[in-house]
Amino acid sequence: MWKIIVRRFILMIPQLFVLSLLVFFLAKFMPGDPFTGLITPQTDPARLEELSEKAGLNDPWPVQYVRWIGNALQGEFGISYTFKRDVAELIGERALNTFWLSLLSVILLYTIAIPLGILAGRYHNSRLDKTIILYSFITYAIPTFVLSLLFLYLFGYKLEWFPTSGSVDIEYSSGTIQYYWSKLHHILLPTITYAILGTTGIIQFLRSEIIDAKAMDYVRTARSKGIPIKKVYTKHIFRNSLLPIAAFLGFTITGLLGGSIFIETIFGYPGMGQLFISSIASRDYSVITALVMLYGFLTLLGSLLSDIIMSIVDPRIRIE
Amino acid sequence: MQRTDEILKIKDLHTAFRINDRYYDAVDGVSLTLKRNEILAIVGESGCGKSTLATSIIGLYDQSKTRVQGEILYKTQNLVSLNEDHLNEIRGSEIGMIFQDPLSSLNPLMRVGDQIEEGLIYHTKLSSEERKKRVLELLQQVGIQNPERVARQFPHQLSGGMRQRVIIAIAISCKPKILIADEPTTALDVTIQAQILDLLLALQQETGAGIILITHDLGVVAEVADRVVVMYAGEIIEEAPVREIFLHPKHPYTRSLFHSIPQMYSSSDRLNVIQGMVPSLTNLPRNGCRFASRIPWIRKEAHEKNPHLHEVAPNHFVRCTCWKEFHFNRGGNT
Repeated sequence: MWKIIVRRFILMIPQLFVLSLLVFFLAKFMPGDPFTGLITPQTDPARLEELSEKAGLNDPWPVQYVRWIGNALQGEFGISYTFKRDVAELIGERALNTFWLSLLSVILLYTIAIPLGILAGRYHNSRLDKTIILYSFITYAIPTFVLSLLFLYLFGYKLEWFPTSGSVDIEYSSGTIQYYWSKLHHILLPTITYAILGTTGIIQFLRSEIIDAKAMDYVRTARSKGIPIKKVYTKHIFRNSLLPIAAFLGFTITGLLGGSIFIETIFGYPGMGQLFISSIASRDYSVITALVMLYGFLTLLGSLLSDIIMSIVDPRIRIE
Repeated sequence: MQRTDEILKIKDLHTAFRINDRYYDAVDGVSLTLKRNEILAIVGESGCGKSTLATSIIGLYDQSKTRVQGEILYKTQNLVSLNEDHLNEIRGSEIGMIFQDPLSSLNPLMRVGDQIEEGLIYHTKLSSEERKKRVLELLQQVGIQNPERVARQFPHQLSGGMRQRVIIAIAISCKPKILIADEPTTALDVTIQAQILDLLLALQQETGAGIILITHDLGVVAEVADRVVVMYAGEIIEEAPVREIFLHPKHPYTRSLFHSIPQMYSSSDRLNVIQGMVPSLTNLPRNGCRFASRIPWIRKEAHEKNPHLHEVAPNHFVRCTCWKEFHFNRGGNT
């Protein structure tokens, strides 16, 4: 197993290489350059040329690419033009914010969706099932931004239960209890919104898996042993039905760092999603390229994690 | 045979499926008895109701879509009227079931040993170690060479024959008085089939259980059965001891079944087939001889209006009277 994991990591190198080329050229071909924003009627073209020369933008592209990738490999992604800060540091801070938001969201999401999916599947066609289906269709039909704005208006502005933007109140210093409470307070509303919107897929998936599993031959065998129906569900039906959910778990884990563009933007939460969208808007190349590379790496890592998880939970899949 | 030898008695059983809010009998008034130490074969084409009959006995049907009426008497209890909890006391411990497809009938995520052990947890008072020991005994009993290793394996690591042995081990784990085997050899290749049948016979000699063997394989019937029940369209149309039915089949359907077995020395290179198909549940004529439509060359008056089972020889019952005039159609459209 370890051998396979190491081999998969080695296989990631060419994949990431191709991705880095793509990212590099996309950034190159985007109109404008980092100095476009500095241009005023008074700007001396010679001054711009000088800046470009200094930044190495006039070098042939292979030289630029090697310089960029060489620095990136050392964790050096340059300076953000917008924030005037080290990109790695900036992303690290935002990733941490996003991580807490996503972690809480995913935990809440699974605590809502798994029991509902199981109930709907087990009591298929009952009134309970129909209510759950109705709930999941409604949440599926509501666009993210509509529910976000609605919650923000209702619980943020009208009832003032939750703050409407930011990740922590500035008056508290890091390390105090009030600081962490304030962080949690900021996370709650986006978390709930995110969790409610994400439940549909899991509920529907689990429900149909359970309905399918109920008709399986091995369930009939289990029932023919005369064991209580409750045990048939817990030991035979649920375990098999949760497999497809486990298959996505790897992506869910690495996705914790990805963040949600909609949620973070609307709730003014300084996370990865918001950083990504604002860096595109402001042509902050060093941030964009670093983020795309990171997302690419996370996706590859997610698929590896999923494979490892599947090989643990399903004996039929062994990495050999 | 003495009355005390009867361990299962089914009286006028009707199992109906709901299709578009109406119930249609898939098993239509079946009565039969099973004796200790006996192998009773139930034979018929696909869709004749034989598997439905089997699952009705231990209540393994989808209750939201199925209605069961009649009596299934086991030890003074009518299984039809028992609730789930009471049925669970009988399932696995008194009546064991062996299924057709050995791969899909085992839980892919559970070790073989654990699957055999499950029934023991609920039906015996054995301790955990005793159960583990019993599992190994059972695996040995069904002819598995290295039980310790197999008990720790998962179903996909075993061959088809091995899996069917595991299914049998599950079925006999609590020494049931009745075994229902629903096409136990259909999914296996011929050499394995013979081994599994030998195993069933050996187990029966050990335990004295009554076995209901559901099959469409007449070769299997000839090899192991004591008595044969032939079903057609939800009804029993012929019932006789195995020798009797092979030597003197009476009902046109039974005779057609035998006739359709390929003959090694036959000069014809065409298979004899039974014309038409089993009528579907929803448009099955419920009165008159149900086989009449498939032997149209027999005159209408030969059939009984309400066909009954008639005893034509000791313990040999045939439904309808059309058998007296039946002959194979030589007209060429068979």
